[in-house]
Amino acid sequence: MLPASKNESQDHYKHPRMNRKNQPGKRPQHDSAKKPNKIINFLNSKKVVPYVFVTPFILSFLLLSLYPTVKAIIMSFQSVLPGQVTFIGLENYSRVFNPTFMRALYNTSIYVLLTVVILVICPIILSVLLDSKFVKFKTIFRASLFVPALASTIVAGMVFRLMFGETDTAAANQFLGWFGISPVEWRYNAWSGMFLMVLLCSWKWMGVNILYFLAGLQNIPKELYEAAEMDGATIFQKFRFVTLPFLKPVTIFVTTISIINGFRMFEESFVFWEAGSPGNIGLTVVGYLYQQGIQQNDMGFGAAIGVILMLIIFIISFIQLILTGAFKKGDA
Amino acid sequence: MKQKNHTALKWIINLAFVVISFIALFPILSLLLSSFRPSSELMRNGISLTFDPASLNLDNYTFIFTQAGDYWGWYWNSLAISAITIVLSLFFSSMVGYALALYDFKGRTFFFTLVLFILMVPFEILMLPLFQLMITMQLVNTYTAVILPAVVAPIAVFFFRQYALGLPKELMDAARIDGSTEYGIFFRIMLPLMTPSLAAMAILQGLGSWNNFLWPLVVLRSNDMFTLPIGLATLLTPYGNNYDLLIAGSVMTIVPIIILFIFFQRYFVAGLTVGGVKG
Repeated sequence: MLPASKNESQDHYKHPRMNRKNQPGKRPQHDSAKKPNKIINFLNSKKVVPYVFVTPFILSFLLLSLYPTVKAIIMSFQSVLPGQVTFIGLENYSRVFNPTFMRALYNTSIYVLLTVVILVICPIILSVLLDSKFVKFKTIFRASLFVPALASTIVAGMVFRLMFGETDTAAANQFLGWFGISPVEWRYNAWSGMFLMVLLCSWKWMGVNILYFLAGLQNIPKELYEAAEMDGATIFQKFRFVTLPFLKPVTIFVTTISIINGFRMFEESFVFWEAGSPGNIGLTVVGYLYQQGIQQNDMGFGAAIGVILMLIIFIISFIQLILTGAFKKGDA
Repeated sequence: MKQKNHTALKWIINLAFVVISFIALFPILSLLLSSFRPSSELMRNGISLTFDPASLNLDNYTFIFTQAGDYWGWYWNSLAISAITIVLSLFFSSMVGYALALYDFKGRTFFFTLVLFILMVPFEILMLPLFQLMITMQLVNTYTAVILPAVVAPIAVFFFRQYALGLPKELMDAARIDGSTEYGIFFRIMLPLMTPSLAAMAILQGLGSWNNFLWPLVVLRSNDMFTLPIGLATLLTPYGNNYDLLIAGSVMTIVPIIILFIFFQRYFVAGLTVGGVKG
């Protein structure tokens, strides 16, 4: 029954404008349907429709993005205890820069530096090689390099943890043993702890970054290589003067997301040490935020850490926008 | 002479890629293999390069299918949360992306700038106020709490807008002449045309939700509400007598995704390299 009446109201909508058919049988309903028609007409006008489409998103944005952002900034100036919220000015911020936070910031910065270097340079080289005429079974290589991105960091980290166990029977130590190197306590040294986190991250994202660069390589006109060849350019000159300049936009993009994701890192650390690492060798900025804000329930202090993290990320995004020339075009 | 050099180079490069691909797959392959080994040995020795082929058995899987009730609870939670997240976030963001691409309206640039802006705000800063919000709304330890923040998916809006820009606008005019409503145009004509982008975003949102860790860790409190990553992480204790569950459970978490990947490779790649649309 319902679909039929729906069609009728649609017919009525057409009726006045198109003046197509005489429909005497439907007249009586016309009057009763007049009021809803007005609303339908209003909701259906090209002026209103886009706002209807955008509204659910805007509402969820207001509640779940804008409100929490503003709230976090306010909270960072408050002492938030259950049932007792007091304004304490900059006290949270002056407390933030303590040795533990500096350790977390130091760890995170080293981690960012290493992952960016590895996750930009290696994918550039690998994608250029993968794109060359030398490689067979391109799709298979590409697919198998992509598979790590599918695994959850927790599951993959668990495997890494079992492979890099302390015993001399775990894979990594076994491997070193073949070269006469004594077993390493991977999760208990600062350098090897960092190595584990960087390795896990690089392993996971290498394939995705290769795909970014492969996409960038498709934008290079083949004629440029031919022209360079005619000028007698070597393979390395072609790479340096044709390939690299064309890859600049992708490189800026990949660098930016690697830095941002590096500063937001949490799981890679959690999976190796759960709540706490010996001497905080695995503590990260977000790890510290989680520890203080959630575990210690010191929300104001946690919010201050969050605001600092947001500032770092805004600065990096801003630099990216300048580098990509977003401000030159003049379109807001 | 030159030709010969090239053949040697070819072999070296191809061999290098075989080795690199093997390294990429090695952790997952060794996880698969280890799931057939006695869990007591795993706990004692970790994953080793050498193993006794005679010790391989199905005990871990027998255990997980007969006695691990908790695990299947986590599995169900993860499935339900991922499915609902996909449906809601795609529904909201496809409408916005479509409107931003194909309608001229006041505030269009403003809304798009807004989307780009949300894209830059890290989730971690929203986390504490959101947690407070969930406490006030009494949503802690519910699916709703896990799903809500994922509904605002600026990256998906961005992707849908980009995709919808390439759709033929004439179809909309034709449909209008035929008397279709604007909503009819979207749901019956344009949305079906957007299927490839919907598939890519479903994979991005689904995978993100399946593997999500920090937020569920904050809002999920009881064992029966845990998702897979949270549940598995609780088994990662040094005193683990649960390694059978941990290892077989991990395999069952990854393998379905890899099977999906084999069939829908194109959409996985499109979904996971969204950011590159712009670059």
